[in-house]
Amino acid sequence: MTPTIAVLLIITFVLSTVGLLLLIWSIANNQFSHGQAAARTIFSPGEEGHSEDPARPSDLPFTGDNSEQAAAIEARWAADQSSRTAILTWLSSSVFWLLLGSFFGLASSIKMHFPEFLAASEFLTFGRVRPVHLNAVTYGWASMAGIGVALFLIPRLFKTSLAGGKYAVLGGFIWNIGLVLGLSAITLGLSDGEEWLEFPWQVDLLFVVGGALCAIPLLLTAANRQVEHLYVTSWYLMAALVWFPILFLIANLPFAFPGASGATVNWWFAHNVLGLWVTPIGIGIAYYMIPKILGRPIISYQLSLIGFWSLALFYSQVGIHHLIGGPIPTWLVTLSIVHSVMMSIPVITVAINHHGTMMGNFGRLKDSPTLRFVWIGALMYTVSSLQGSMEALRSINVITHFTHYTVAHAHLGMYAFLSFILFGAVYFIMPRLTNWEWPWRRLISLHFWLVSAGILIYVVSLTVAGWKQGVALLNAAMPFLDIVKMTLPALQARTLGGALMTLGHLVFAFHFIAMLMRHGAATEQPTLFRPAIKETTQ
Amino acid sequence: MKRALAIMVGAALILLLATLTLVVMPYLQMSAEQVPPDLKPYTEQQQRGRQVYIANGCVYCHSQQPRDPSFAPGDKARGWGRPSVPGDYAYDKPHLLGTMRTGPDLFNIGARQPSIDWQLMHLYNPRAIIKGSIMPSYPFLFRHVEEPAEGDKVVNIPPPYGPESGKIVATDDALALAEYMLALDHTYPAPTLPKRQPKSDQPKE
Ligand code: HEM
Ligand code: HEM
Repeated sequence: MTPTIAVLLIITFVLSTVGLLLLIWSIANNQFSHGQAAARTIFSPGEEGHSEDPARPSDLPFTGDNSEQAAAIEARWAADQSSRTAILTWLSSSVFWLLLGSFFGLASSIKMHFPEFLAASEFLTFGRVRPVHLNAVTYGWASMAGIGVALFLIPRLFKTSLAGGKYAVLGGFIWNIGLVLGLSAITLGLSDGEEWLEFPWQVDLLFVVGGALCAIPLLLTAANRQVEHLYVTSWYLMAALVWFPILFLIANLPFAFPGASGATVNWWFAHNVLGLWVTPIGIGIAYYMIPKILGRPIISYQLSLIGFWSLALFYSQVGIHHLIGGPIPTWLVTLSIVHSVMMSIPVITVAINHHGTMMGNFGRLKDSPTLRFVWIGALMYTVSSLQGSMEALRSINVITHFTHYTVAHAHLGMYAFLSFILFGAVYFIMPRLTNWEWPWRRLISLHFWLVSAGILIYVVSLTVAGWKQGVALLNAAMPFLDIVKMTLPALQARTLGGALMTLGHLVFAFHFIAMLMRHGAATEQPTLFRPAIKETTQ
Repeated sequence: MKRALAIMVGAALILLLATLTLVVMPYLQMSAEQVPPDLKPYTEQQQRGRQVYIANGCVYCHSQQPRDPSFAPGDKARGWGRPSVPGDYAYDKPHLLGTMRTGPDLFNIGARQPSIDWQLMHLYNPRAIIKGSIMPSYPFLFRHVEEPAEGDKVVNIPPPYGPESGKIVATDDALALAEYMLALDHTYPAPTLPKRQPKSDQPKE
């Protein structure tokens, strides 16, 4: 194996060099020296110091102090409207898949402590309901909502209208067809058999096409861009939209990777869906929403760029920490563990920026629904990632690997981090698109408290039980069935937490539909153009 | 546009390099790995059973990868078998390593429970054999008949788990799945064990 290791070392060396060159390139290209100027591109002229949160009860939006500023705000309003059909296609679909996925998650959860529940039908057996849950929430909810929000942010970041929006609408339709076919295939027992890659590969082509169709408006809009700086959010979004099709294509090459090497490809892919697809989208959204709502730029633009490139370098190689102790070469596992630990660099830089910008403004969490969802999401990104870095260490992973602890971590990441940020973004975006206000502000609160209580119960119970389960599994003196019995109360608690979350999603979906149907009180003017009373901010 | 393109190309380059280390290299190394001489390819029926295993998602609760006792002592001590090596999976398309142990590891279930009657009864209703198991039952893999026909595989279910009258017979899917379970026997010696390689722990970047 020595030649292999030599090649490996050469490759990792090349990799680091490329990273370094990219960094030097960005510095040489003045990405750094512009520094804080770049951080301000998200504000229109004169807007800094003013909060923007259309979902806030008594928000008094900035409309410009002079005609020039007012014109800029008006142009932004036009840009927001330009992407309306495309965004609504993706967001409405995502809300539907969230509901469907929640019901399947809840059913999986009940089945784990009540095995006879819906056991008679082959279409509803645990082993089909669970992958339907995972694929519906990952590719339906998280991915579609993420793309929807990206379609909103891209014109704003480039200060121009969305060009080629109809391609994104078409892409949305194809993506939905892919989901219907893929989820049906799993239900009918036609899964490809690998976790995160259950959809038959023929169906997967639809996702590649649907995703690629979204790249067209991205490129067209980028070509029209009216800003000099590329704000960090656009870095994350562009990279994510490049990464996903490549990943999806390689991992789905039918039958290319048999046996144990198939497992490495499987988990290389699965972690990249998390690390190079949903995570950059989530972080990117937070990088936009937090400063926008506070009306103050992020504290360090330089750090945000270091965070971006180190994420790209390290996250792309952590996949094999899902196979620690498995039948694969030791160097490979070690490589992924090293990168998992190195991930603390991007995580900490992002944390400094997100939470540092919040310093002194925590009072805003009370009145701004978007900020509350987005900042808690950002905080849970920090928490779940630091947890993940620990979980990748051999000494911890030997305990947690095959247990419910992993599932708790999975929901801390996919739910408390990502889904929270997406909820916040939807609350921000919808009034901008529909020129309508959220009809019942209390429902936003209700949604928040239901899902927060739910995920808290979910994560705490499974983390504790999963750890105990893992310790017990290592000790053969404890019979397997006793371990199963020990975890039962936590599995029941998860059903409770999951039921609260599902209720919260029903509230959210109801409110979303009410918004689409223009329910509730009409405002006299579009949200943006309410009486121009200058806001006093801290 | 130039800058936007540069970011996208840079991002793609990094991913391609990571693909080299995490996809291409392991593939080259592991496909050169020796296939244990005692490992038999699956029969057609076992392969079909494997498809039933995939279709019904057994992998979401069961792993097929006992770990090294020096790393995780419980695995071997529970009778799940010696640590597995890449060669053991030579005929597995797709792999079914699994990442959950809501149920026990199945890499050597064929050696632990070699009776097909045990396997079938357990599939029909796990609680008929193991009180308190949370594994789902799979009634849809069986037929309920009044009089078994010639050649039917009858499964005797202890009361109260069986039907009031008549017999439970296994479908072809159930038989195939049970045969696949019996084929999960990797107790032969593995030529490449112990496979402690020099560690390449040096942190990079
Ligand atoms: C530095 C960041 C992170 C590291 C190092 C990390 C590490 C890990 C590790 C070691 C596992 C357990 C694998 C196993 O034992 O089977 C895991 C599982 C998981 N992580 Fe993370 N994690 C990180 C961040 C995240 C984030 C931000 C998310 C969500 C967006 C996330 C989602 C998941 C999911 C869904 C799983 C379960 C995968 C499965 O078994 O299907 N992780 N992670
Ligand atoms: C509505 C409440 C939810 C409930 C009750 C729920 C329940 C479950 C259950 C029972 C599992 C299977 C765990 C196992 O096999 O041991 C699971 C897995 C998973 N769920 Fe959820 N879930 C919910 C919401 C979500 C949402 C909204 C997301 C993502 C945005 C999500 C992402 C995942 C992921 C990634 C896995 C795989 C975890 C792993 O393999 O380790 N879930 N969920």
